[in-house]
Amino acid sequence: MVALTFAREYPPPVAPVAPSSASPAAEDPPVGRGAEYAPLVEVEDLTVRFVTRDSSVSVINGVSFTVKPGEVLCLLGESGSGKSVTMRSLIRLLPASARYGGRIRVGGADILSLAPRALERFRGTTAAMIFQEPMTALDPVFKVGTQIAEALVTTKGISWKSAKARALDLLELVQVPSAKRRLDAYPHELSGGLRQRVMIAHALATSPKLLLADEPTTALDATVQIQVLLLLRELQQRLGMATIFVTHDLGVACEIADRIGVMYAGRLVELGTVEEIMERPRHPYTEGLMRSTVHAGMRGRVLDAIPGMPPDLAALPQGCAFAPRCRDARAVCLDQPPAETFLAGGRHVRCLREAPGTAFAESPALSA
Amino acid sequence: MSAIADLLNTEKPFAQDAHPALDPRDRGGPLQPLLKVEGLTKHFALKGGPFDRKRQVVRAVDGIDFTVAKGETLGIVGESGCGKSTTARLLMHLVKPDAGTIVLDGDPVGGVRGVTIAEMRRQVQMVFQDSYASLNPRMPLADGIAFGPRANGVRSLEARTRAHELLSLVGLAPERFAERYPHEISGGQRQRVNIARALAMHPRLVILDEAVSALDKSVEAQTLNLLIALRARLRLTCIFISHDLNVVQFISDRVLVMYLGKVVEVGPVDRLYAKPAHPYTAALLASRPSMDPRRRVTKPPLQGDPPNPINPPSGCRFRTRCPIASAVCAEREPVLLSLEPNGGHAVACHARIPGSGHINPVHAA
Repeated sequence: MVALTFAREYPPPVAPVAPSSASPAAEDPPVGRGAEYAPLVEVEDLTVRFVTRDSSVSVINGVSFTVKPGEVLCLLGESGSGKSVTMRSLIRLLPASARYGGRIRVGGADILSLAPRALERFRGTTAAMIFQEPMTALDPVFKVGTQIAEALVTTKGISWKSAKARALDLLELVQVPSAKRRLDAYPHELSGGLRQRVMIAHALATSPKLLLADEPTTALDATVQIQVLLLLRELQQRLGMATIFVTHDLGVACEIADRIGVMYAGRLVELGTVEEIMERPRHPYTEGLMRSTVHAGMRGRVLDAIPGMPPDLAALPQGCAFAPRCRDARAVCLDQPPAETFLAGGRHVRCLREAPGTAFAESPALSA
Repeated sequence: MSAIADLLNTEKPFAQDAHPALDPRDRGGPLQPLLKVEGLTKHFALKGGPFDRKRQVVRAVDGIDFTVAKGETLGIVGESGCGKSTTARLLMHLVKPDAGTIVLDGDPVGGVRGVTIAEMRRQVQMVFQDSYASLNPRMPLADGIAFGPRANGVRSLEARTRAHELLSLVGLAPERFAERYPHEISGGQRQRVNIARALAMHPRLVILDEAVSALDKSVEAQTLNLLIALRARLRLTCIFISHDLNVVQFISDRVLVMYLGKVVEVGPVDRLYAKPAHPYTAALLASRPSMDPRRRVTKPPLQGDPPNPINPPSGCRFRTRCPIASAVCAEREPVLLSLEPNGGHAVACHARIPGSGHINPVHAA
């Protein structure tokens, strides 16, 4: 029962994470051998609706993507675009009013049909999540060392003593200074940057294959944000974890992503490698987002902002949701939401302008 | 929308080139700073328990000096807890300063002579970060905008007309928005209403405290365009407080950098961003994500978090995180000194002062 892999002896990047011999394999979600060749995460046509007695709002309207082991996918979008809901769907961490559709497979497990017990096990072992606000995610009345150790005791069934020792290793792994002393600290005694490191240590405690990060650096100060971002990048590469990283900040995505998925009104409008998206955006929304983002050298110019505001999810237009704000929109864009167009290099985009052989070319332009 | 388009299409130069309009309230002419702050200080006492003998204080703002010239925009940057928002509140006397003088166009504020606090508040207006909390939820938008002028003796009808004009000035059609309530509009629209409300008093100085920080990028860009257009058209003087270095660079003429209640550097935006003189400014600028996936940041410029402002380090407050700290930095507090004889670029760092005793001084070339 004590075949623990210690933090410093994690396997090198990209190597498949060997299932710990200590964990009872029978209860684990079946993770196929040779999983490094197959996607770890497969999302197919995911839809999420929030249903109450009075209303039903579709917040995710058909999202599909895959994540390979060891890969970092950034979901980029503005508030209400569905980036956080998409990510939380992967571990079914949405309120009971959520109704899912489509298919989600993580490490071979069919998430949307997992029984409650299996889902609980899956959350601890295969996927772990870090949140934007460590003060609300950590329990204020327990010492941080206890909270990290508890995760190990619960999921791995090891003794509290060895779990505490492992917690110290984890705090050192996330570069908490004087880690031994910090084990006995309560969350409120730590600074924002340290709290976020503790939360990362907590998530890594169970050696997850998939790390979900929901704006983990947004609440931090500039000089601390870059430290936590670089730490996450280093750990992700060293441990070979697949990571889904939700952010609204293009700069943050540039620092950490292998691929970027741009979301708008509950759809993935563009997906590609970070270099392709940054250098040659193909969706008009991505183009507009880049023009709207203030960076050095834009001083004295009028920003080329996207007009209007994001649509109301309860009343989405019939056609492309971005068409009312799009400078290239044509009449045909208003008919139905554009299908995915697959481009070279595994890239795809949902825009008729980029789709050859559609009626876009002949369609009259909408005067904005 | 058309109002903004008109605003943006005017060939007016940016505020830094424009002379402030001849304002009947102008007393000292264009060369007299609109705002002059000296020794501004605020220490917040912490409540101790009954057995707590030593009173602890948070040195939120600890003796800062700066000026704002007529027609310019001063950007204030720094991390949370550095005192930038407290500074804004002190200027408005929303929080009473412990010490220091505030001089508005030659008139000391709140003293025996000079202008009263109430008069200062008529001339200085503020826009806050939380667009919802800063509007009265039970008042239609036009009434909220007209409230200030009405409270100051403008007749009701005239105040309403002005409110409608202001709504269209910030790009919200009055016929659609005047009678709506704050909860019925989006965050970006609410922030436009807050800007309109601040302008309703014809302020000479507008303080924007993280006014665009809560907005989405596409809406932030629209709001920045609006601010720049309004600033040029109304020849506004602004203090723009933000943690976003890119936005501050975009909108400011001069920038002031704060660290733990102190000013560490102040200077013209181009020089400060191109050649930061204080090691903290340099680190802050280097902490920005690269925006280029092929040239990522490889090493964080600073380690650790900013120290607690309750017991700030002795001497230079940045020395605990400073890459070039020397023995003298713990002993003496550096004062803000100009880098050139008559330049506006000043820095508080021993390494920049010849003869300070710093072991590896960096003298301005």
